[in-house]
Amino acid sequence: MKILAFAEQREGKFKKTAYEVVTAAIELSNQLGAEVFALVIGKNVSGIASDIGGFGVNRVIAVDRDDLEYYSTTAYTKIVAEIASREKAEVLLFAASQMGKDLAPRVAIKLDAGLASDCTALKVENGNIVATRPIFAGKIISDVIIKSNIKVFTLRPNVFTAGSNNGQKAQVENVTINLSEGDFIARVVETKVGVGRPDVTEASIIVSGGRGMKAPENFKLIEELADVLGAGVGASRAAVDAGWRPHDEQVGQTGKTVSPNLYIACGISGAIQHLAGMSSSKCIVAINKDKDAPIFQIADYGIVGDALEILPELTKEIKMILGK
Amino acid sequence: MKIVTCVNHVPDTEAKIKIASDGKSVDTSGLNFILSPYDEIAVEQGLRLKEKFGGEVVAVSVGPDANKETLRKALAMGADKAVLIKTNNLCDSFVVAEALKNYLKEINPDIVLFGKQSIDYDNAQVPSLVAEMLNLPSVTTVVKMDFENNQIICEREIEGGHEKVVSQLPIIISVQKGLCEPRYPTLKGIMASKSKPIEEKNYNLPEHKVEIVALRLPPSKSAGKIVGTDVSAVKELVRLLHEEAKVI
Repeated sequence: MKILAFAEQREGKFKKTAYEVVTAAIELSNQLGAEVFALVIGKNVSGIASDIGGFGVNRVIAVDRDDLEYYSTTAYTKIVAEIASREKAEVLLFAASQMGKDLAPRVAIKLDAGLASDCTALKVENGNIVATRPIFAGKIISDVIIKSNIKVFTLRPNVFTAGSNNGQKAQVENVTINLSEGDFIARVVETKVGVGRPDVTEASIIVSGGRGMKAPENFKLIEELADVLGAGVGASRAAVDAGWRPHDEQVGQTGKTVSPNLYIACGISGAIQHLAGMSSSKCIVAINKDKDAPIFQIADYGIVGDALEILPELTKEIKMILGK
Repeated sequence: MKIVTCVNHVPDTEAKIKIASDGKSVDTSGLNFILSPYDEIAVEQGLRLKEKFGGEVVAVSVGPDANKETLRKALAMGADKAVLIKTNNLCDSFVVAEALKNYLKEINPDIVLFGKQSIDYDNAQVPSLVAEMLNLPSVTTVVKMDFENNQIICEREIEGGHEKVVSQLPIIISVQKGLCEPRYPTLKGIMASKSKPIEEKNYNLPEHKVEIVALRLPPSKSAGKIVGTDVSAVKELVRLLHEEAKVI
């Protein structure tokens, strides 16, 4: 049996999720007695492809083409499906990233495979892969199995731990796939990525604000703390709906589901739809004036107080401990 | 422009979800259902396209009769007609996509709009599954949409930024929050929705590919430590984060 681990890269750099996916593939292969190979697609990726070997995979297939400078849904779909068929891969793993979530369903159809998306654990029971996936934004946890012969899984970022890089280089096979104009029917012409803070879905620390921040300008207190920690900035639905913060920062059932190592909730009471989106964070800190706020029910540490007063002091103290 | 918006009928965001006695399905009794919030954005975008380019907006849902309530909401917002593809049991994404594929093949729309995911089972698969089944281009999690020279120009969300995508029609789109604000149905819209038709469709659908074997509640977290009630607690909080939790 073979497992295909899709190693996502953007602009010639592997995403952290690529290491998470490869590590998960290796762990699964140990339980199934399967072989793992990684697949890297893009422009000028042959050079970096061997680096993935540091995470325990010996073999990497690279599809390196100038016309793959940007992600392309249909071209990538064709490449992944062709490689999977040639290699007779029975299990395919992707990150549940914006790329993986876009790509995996189309690949699944091409391979007549079932897809379990946004999984938070994979285990082997009686030879079956049982995938754990939160539903209703984490209010309920489901265990699912895929009944088709070929099985596709996408893995939630930040949940599977990447192994440590042992510096080994993998064997790289450059493979040519014939692509025509029709394979680029929807074409990415430009990518705009901010160079600022990490996205909430990728950040290992998130500082998040809600209605208790009282006004949009007070979010600079959140941003200052986030920048000291290298953290992403999040917001509750109330803060986004009030127009204080952009939509892409919203955490909760109608926003992003996040699992950082540390989530600092400032002036967020903890509506059920917000808690659903962040309660799987490994450590939760709540700062809120209302001692009865539901957020304290799931917080590891809390301060009952006004976030506007606490935040500047917290930033100062953390700066000191980090030696900044 | 022939516009289809696909809508799902889901428990509202404040709902506490209970597991049914079989241990692998959700007990929906007593839950308040709504038009899934991302799908509501898709309906709004469909209506805006009709206002700009003319044509027709059809709202489609896959599921039992109860989904008609959500179709009525789409009609009240301004959709011209509604179609219910009837299924009795809960379907996986693949079966829902098959059902939609059958219908879309019959009517050949120019654009099909979905919410980026339904807020119940959170699969975020159906738009891309349908696109691949129909061999059409797709753009997911769209936050901006324009048209120029018979082409559609979208911005889709990626981690920390956006990708700009250009394509021809017909196309499958999934929308993300931020694209547009859904309108509230007017009283006139609500009245009018009552006389608009809801067509029913039945198709032979394939077996599920993904099966739920068990549901459980997430591990309950016990409330943690209240470190203090004012600024003086900050020093201790930082010490705990550094030494006990080791997260900074």
